[in-house]
Amino acid sequence: MPANDHIEKTPASEAPVRKPILSLRGISKEFPGVKALSDVSLDLYAGEVTALVGENGAGKSTMVKILTGIYQPSAGTISIEDSPVQFPNAHAASDAGVTAIHQETVLFDDLTVGENIFIGHEPRGRFGLIDKAKQLRQAKELLKRVGAEIDPNIRLKDLGIANKHMVAVARALSIDARVVIMDEPTAALSHKEIAELYELVEKLKADGKAILFISHKFDEIFRIADRFTVFRDGQMAGEGKISDVTEDQLVKMMVGRSVDQIFPKKEVTLGEEVLTVAGYSHPTEFEDINFKLRKGEILGFYGLVGAGRSEFMQALFGVTKPSKGAVKIAGDIAVIRTPSEAINHGIVYVPEDRGKQGAVLGLPIFQNVTLPSLPRTSHKGFLRMAEEFKLARDYTERLDLRAASLDQEIGNLSGGNQQKVVIAKWLATEPRVIILDEPTKGIDIGSKAAVHEFMGELAANGLAVIMVSSELPEILGMADRVIVMREGRMAGEFTRDEMTPERLVRSAAGILEKAA
Amino acid sequence: MTLKLLKSREIILAAAIFVLIGLISTRFANFAAPDNLINVFNDTSILIMLALGQMIVIVTRCIDLSVASNLALAGMIVAIINTMVPGLPVPILLVISVLVGALMGAINGVLVWKVDIPPIVVTLGTLTIFRGVIFLISDGQWINAHEMSDGFKAFPRIVFLGLPLLSWFAIATVAAFVLLVTRTPLGRAFFAVGGNPHAAVYTGINVGYTRFVAFTISGAIAGLAGYLWVARYAVAYVDIAGGFELEVVAACVIGGISIAGGIGSVGGAVLGALFLGIVKNALPVVNISPFWQLAISGAAIIIAVAFNASSERKKGRVILKKAEQIT
Repeated sequence: MPANDHIEKTPASEAPVRKPILSLRGISKEFPGVKALSDVSLDLYAGEVTALVGENGAGKSTMVKILTGIYQPSAGTISIEDSPVQFPNAHAASDAGVTAIHQETVLFDDLTVGENIFIGHEPRGRFGLIDKAKQLRQAKELLKRVGAEIDPNIRLKDLGIANKHMVAVARALSIDARVVIMDEPTAALSHKEIAELYELVEKLKADGKAILFISHKFDEIFRIADRFTVFRDGQMAGEGKISDVTEDQLVKMMVGRSVDQIFPKKEVTLGEEVLTVAGYSHPTEFEDINFKLRKGEILGFYGLVGAGRSEFMQALFGVTKPSKGAVKIAGDIAVIRTPSEAINHGIVYVPEDRGKQGAVLGLPIFQNVTLPSLPRTSHKGFLRMAEEFKLARDYTERLDLRAASLDQEIGNLSGGNQQKVVIAKWLATEPRVIILDEPTKGIDIGSKAAVHEFMGELAANGLAVIMVSSELPEILGMADRVIVMREGRMAGEFTRDEMTPERLVRSAAGILEKAA
Repeated sequence: MTLKLLKSREIILAAAIFVLIGLISTRFANFAAPDNLINVFNDTSILIMLALGQMIVIVTRCIDLSVASNLALAGMIVAIINTMVPGLPVPILLVISVLVGALMGAINGVLVWKVDIPPIVVTLGTLTIFRGVIFLISDGQWINAHEMSDGFKAFPRIVFLGLPLLSWFAIATVAAFVLLVTRTPLGRAFFAVGGNPHAAVYTGINVGYTRFVAFTISGAIAGLAGYLWVARYAVAYVDIAGGFELEVVAACVIGGISIAGGIGSVGGAVLGALFLGIVKNALPVVNISPFWQLAISGAAIIIAVAFNASSERKKGRVILKKAEQIT
């Protein structure tokens, strides 16, 4: 203890030595083939908000899952007030007073608010039965404490996301949580709702809760956090007090990597304009999107999750309807009301969620490839298997697909190979513009490189490519130009020479550029 | 608002049942007489019980197609015991039938929980396996009324406070389920598991185990219904209650229990079963071919599902700031 004497200058009554409530030391988490977290540490203090900052894929969600008992760390210790604990399941974490509020609240839409607050620890009355009157009374009290005017009897699905968060917080209070994890709670909230959430965070702080706040938005990190921890590529990139750091320093910690990945970007002479989008708008999702795309160009779309990038792409592909705006293809006005019209105009879309929107998992590879090209492989209304095989072989070979046979079901392929089949399917329609939405999300590093490789080739062959990506290295490595979207609008546009990681992150997060 | 809708859904169904009774009364005046209604209820008792067991299984996003076979197996086992030990008191046979049914239900549950086979496949398999087991233990022989003891056959017909015991079993099951579903953490867990399995894990609910319990309860009720069925109709053979599982599922669907899981109520299941029971009892007395019953219950299922589907609409995302004020 004497070692502390010279540090602690202020009177003991004012600032006692603080000890974290929850402390994680040397945490690693390995998945087959991937190291998601490697020797990271995290301390959470009573009455303080710690911001966990990092890019997509930095390991933040893995950390949350370890804290809530969903994942078990491969190495490292978790301790609560100095005594080591283990969270073998969600119940154990909850019993230890750790609770999480997720971006899209993970609760039960068809149960009432009161039932949601108390599920798993219902107040019991006689014979161990649930005491409904008590539950209602306590639910009302808790909702009042979080300052939410919600009737505990209505069903959760009738609430907006902000109120769902309030219910989740009430639930956290009901289990007497000491540690509250908020995973991007403001991502889907309006400004008024965000202000209410900040007030709530202040209340939780005053109650002595330790809060872990995960966010991409710098303004809110600086507004409500007391401390920060930065993860980068599953490793610690910095920690400390918010008052000791600037936005610049934080951005550097987030993105400051050595660019060791080499991207197979090919030098391409851009050809004529193939696509012009003018003033594309939607009532609720995006507004005033303008750009031109040339042959051989790779145009990146960067932004935070929920910035409206995929929503815009879906409208461009005819899945949803824009309220305003026009599209020109090779100089001619094109009307796109359905995906099949988009395909006829030569625009194809490789969606983010392969399982739901891209591949038909039960069908063999060749049938997946030929699905949008059946008119070409059939004769007088009958399918011709030989031609289907030929078409499928042509395009899957170009993408270097590794599969035992084209008869194989696509569901048995790896993520990277599935992605190749989906892309082959669209290439077979001989498009002019291909939209790739998060093309390397959830696939292994080897396949990533292959996807980048042929993306470069596609562009070199004169295809215009739109690449939506939340991964900075991918954007920086592959795109000729990048459009950054924020809150449904274009927040910035950068050529290859202008692109820097800091600029893109600033633009996406809405931090003003310093006057140079 | 949805709460009101759900409640009103049951009211709509209750109203439909009243209209139905009214319509039938115009053709057959005695149908609405108390004695006849008691008969109809008694006749529907087993369907009500099975529909309740099925309800909790469906609420957990599963389905139990083996209930009728399970019923027949438990019924056959108690019938055989009765022929071998005629003096064994009925309450002991009741316990045996419940245990047999619960065991069969637990087998379904373990296959769903531990082996991770889709419930429809598991119970389609056990549906035929249970019938096969009946054939093996009975040698394909019928057990007829004269082979059963009088006490065995009379038990469900004993009248207590104006109602046969069979009806009382249904009423007791309804009461137990109201308690289970609305007042116990387990009942709450059924809805959580079916409504959002992912969230249930985060809440610390064991999804597989909860489904296992639902199957076991459904099985126990099927076993109980097995004795009641065999005693009431005074016959046991391989094919009793053949195809009855479809009627049970139909009662649930008509009662507003969502096949997608997470939504359902005891009242809905009971009303769904009563609706089918009334149709079934009314058609012969108003001289309509029983084949119409199939068409009517089929139509009722489609109408009920269409009604449920219309109340579940997805909203788009709001990203633009200026759109926030509107919504």
